[in-house]
Amino acid sequence: MPFDIPRNTAATKRSFLISNPSVLWFMGLLGLFTIGVTVLSEGFGLGLISTNLVKILGMTLCLCLIAIAMDVVWGYCGILSLGHFAFFGLGGYAIGMWLMYARTEINIRESLGRGTIPPTELEVSEAVAAQIFGVVGSSELPLIWSFAGSLPFQLAMVVLVPGLLALVFGWLAFRSRVTGVYLSILTQAMTLALSLYLFQNDTGLRGNNGLSGLQNIPGALHVPQAVISMWFFWASAFALGAGYLLFAWVVSGKFGSVIRAIRDNEARVRFLGYNVEGYKLFVFTITAIVSGIAGALYYPQAGIINPAEIAPIASIYLAVWVAIGGRGRLYGAVIGAAFVSLLSSWLTGGGAPNIDLGFYRIVWTDWWLVLLGLGFVAVTLFFPKGMGGLFDYLVRKKP
Amino acid sequence: MSTLLEVSGVSVTFDGFRAINNLSIAIGEPELRAVIGPNGAGKTTFMDIVTGKTKPDEGRVIWGERSVNLLKYSESQIAKMGIGRKFQKPTVFEDQSVRDNLAMALANKRGPFSVLVWRATDRDRARIEELAEEVGLSDRLDDSAGILSHGQKQWLEIGMLLAQDPRLLLVDEPAAGMTPAEREHTTDLLKRAARTRAVMVIEHDMEFIRRLECRVTVLHEGAVLAEGSLDHVTKNQQVIDVYLGR
Repeated sequence: MPFDIPRNTAATKRSFLISNPSVLWFMGLLGLFTIGVTVLSEGFGLGLISTNLVKILGMTLCLCLIAIAMDVVWGYCGILSLGHFAFFGLGGYAIGMWLMYARTEINIRESLGRGTIPPTELEVSEAVAAQIFGVVGSSELPLIWSFAGSLPFQLAMVVLVPGLLALVFGWLAFRSRVTGVYLSILTQAMTLALSLYLFQNDTGLRGNNGLSGLQNIPGALHVPQAVISMWFFWASAFALGAGYLLFAWVVSGKFGSVIRAIRDNEARVRFLGYNVEGYKLFVFTITAIVSGIAGALYYPQAGIINPAEIAPIASIYLAVWVAIGGRGRLYGAVIGAAFVSLLSSWLTGGGAPNIDLGFYRIVWTDWWLVLLGLGFVAVTLFFPKGMGGLFDYLVRKKP
Repeated sequence: MSTLLEVSGVSVTFDGFRAINNLSIAIGEPELRAVIGPNGAGKTTFMDIVTGKTKPDEGRVIWGERSVNLLKYSESQIAKMGIGRKFQKPTVFEDQSVRDNLAMALANKRGPFSVLVWRATDRDRARIEELAEEVGLSDRLDDSAGILSHGQKQWLEIGMLLAQDPRLLLVDEPAAGMTPAEREHTTDLLKRAARTRAVMVIEHDMEFIRRLECRVTVLHEGAVLAEGSLDHVTKNQQVIDVYLGR
C-alpha cells in the first residue's frame, strides 16, 4: 500500500512555502484565473463572460472555500461533519439581514422623503418592518433584527454565529466522546433542526421566503450588476486564497500531524498526552467560521437565501465534493467542489444537450443525480484518493 | 528506590465479570518489573485503569511524591503527568514519517495553540535524532512509519514512549511477533530505560522475562498470585498450577 509522506513537516527545517510547492501553484493559478475572468468580464474587460457567468464562478469560489474547510475537518481530522452547510447558511443570513434592511431603509426614506414633513425615525423603522415582514403577515421587527442596520454588527455576526454554534455544539458532542457515524448523524440532526426552525415564520427570518434581493448592495444601488459581480468575484477569490493559505499553514506543521493522528487513532493520541477533544473543537469551530465567511460571500452573488439551502442534503453534497476531489489534500477539495458544482449547474441549468437514444431520451436534469451517485460510488471504490490523487501520477516522488 | 505508583484494593467488573479483584500492586522508581499471568488475568485491564481508560468500581491509584489520586484525571492528563503506555499491537501513525511520530511524542506543550505555532528547535531535532539512534531507526527517520517492519514499529513506539520522557512506562507485550535478534534488542532497550525510570512489562514469554532479570508479579483472576524473583515465583505451587503447568 503506497503511503503519502509529506516532506513538509514542522520537524524538518524548511520554510513553509518551499516545502509546500502545491500552495504556490494554487496561488498562481487562482491569481491567473482571477485576472483572466476580470479581463473577459463585462464590467471591466472585453465582455466575453456574461455577468451571470461571473456570478456563477464567484459562487463556485465560495463553494471551494467551504470545501477546503470540510477537507480539514473531515479529510485531516476525521470528523465527518454533515452540518457545515448550516454554518455557510448562517453566514449568508447574517449578511443578508443587513443587505435587506439597509436597502429597504434607503428605499423607504426616499419615498417618505417626498412628502412635505420629513419622516420620524420610528416611522422609518415601522415602514421597513412592514415592508420586510409583510410577506409573513407581520409588521413588527423581530428582536434579532435590532442591529440589522449596522454593517459592522452583522459582519461580526457572520463570524460569531457560526463560530459560537460550532463551539457549543462541538463542546457537547466531543466531550461526550461521540465519534464516527454517530457524530455524523448528530451534526445532520443539528442541520435539520436549524433548517426546520428557519422554515417557521415566527423565527423572524421570513420563513420559507428567506431573504431576497441580496444582489443589490446598499450604498451602491446604482452601480450596475456587471461591476458588483466583479467586486464579489474578487472578494471571493481573495477569501479562497487567504483560506487556502491559512489551512495549508494549519495542516502543515505539528498541528496537522496531531489532527491526522486523531483521525487515524484518537485513543493513542490521548495516551500521548494530547487533549483530543480540544483539538477537535478547535478544528470544528475554525472551519465553521470559515464556512460562515464563505456563505456571507456566496449569497449576495446568489441574490437569495432560504432555509432549503441549509437542508442536510447540501452538507451531504459537500462531503461528496470533497470525496470526489480527494480527501486529505486541500487542492483536491477545491477541484472536487469546482468540478462537481460547475458540472451540476451545466447539466441541470439546461446547458448540456439532452441525448436522444431513440428508445429513450436522457434528460440531464433527471439523470444528473444518478450520475453523481454513480460517480461517488466509483470514486469510493476505485479511486479512494479522488481526482486529486491523479497528481501523484503526474508528480513522480523523488526517491 | 521510592514508591512511584501504588494501586490498592482495586476492583472492576464488566457485565458481571470481575476483571480485577481487589488488586494491590506497587512499583518504585527506578525499577524494572515484569507482570505475567494467563489470558484474562487482568493484565491489560490493570493498564487501562492506571492510564485512565477504565474507571474502577473501588480502590485507589496513587501517583508520585505528592500522592495524586489518578482516578480523577483523564487519559491525556495522566499521560502528561508522566505515564507512558505501549500497546500490545504496535500503534504508530502509519501515514506519517518516523520523524513526525517522534516529534508528536516529544515532551513539549500539548495545547492546540502552542502546537499550532510549534516549530522544531535545534534541541528538538537533536533529541529526535538521539531517540532514533537509541531505538535503532536512525536511517529510517524520513520513511513513513507504515513501511517499517513489525519489530521496527514496536521500537518506534518505544521511542515515542521515551520521547514523552515519562517516569513510568507501561509496556504491553513488547516482544510479540519479534525475531530472536529483535527480542534481544528490545530487552536491552527496556533495561536501559529502567535505569532511570519505572518500567512495567507485561509479557507471556518466559524466556524474554528471564532476560529482563527483574522482579516478577504473577496475576491470576484479577489479583496478585505471587511476587518475587522469577525463580521464586516459578517454584510457587499455585503459579505452577494456574499458569506454568497447563
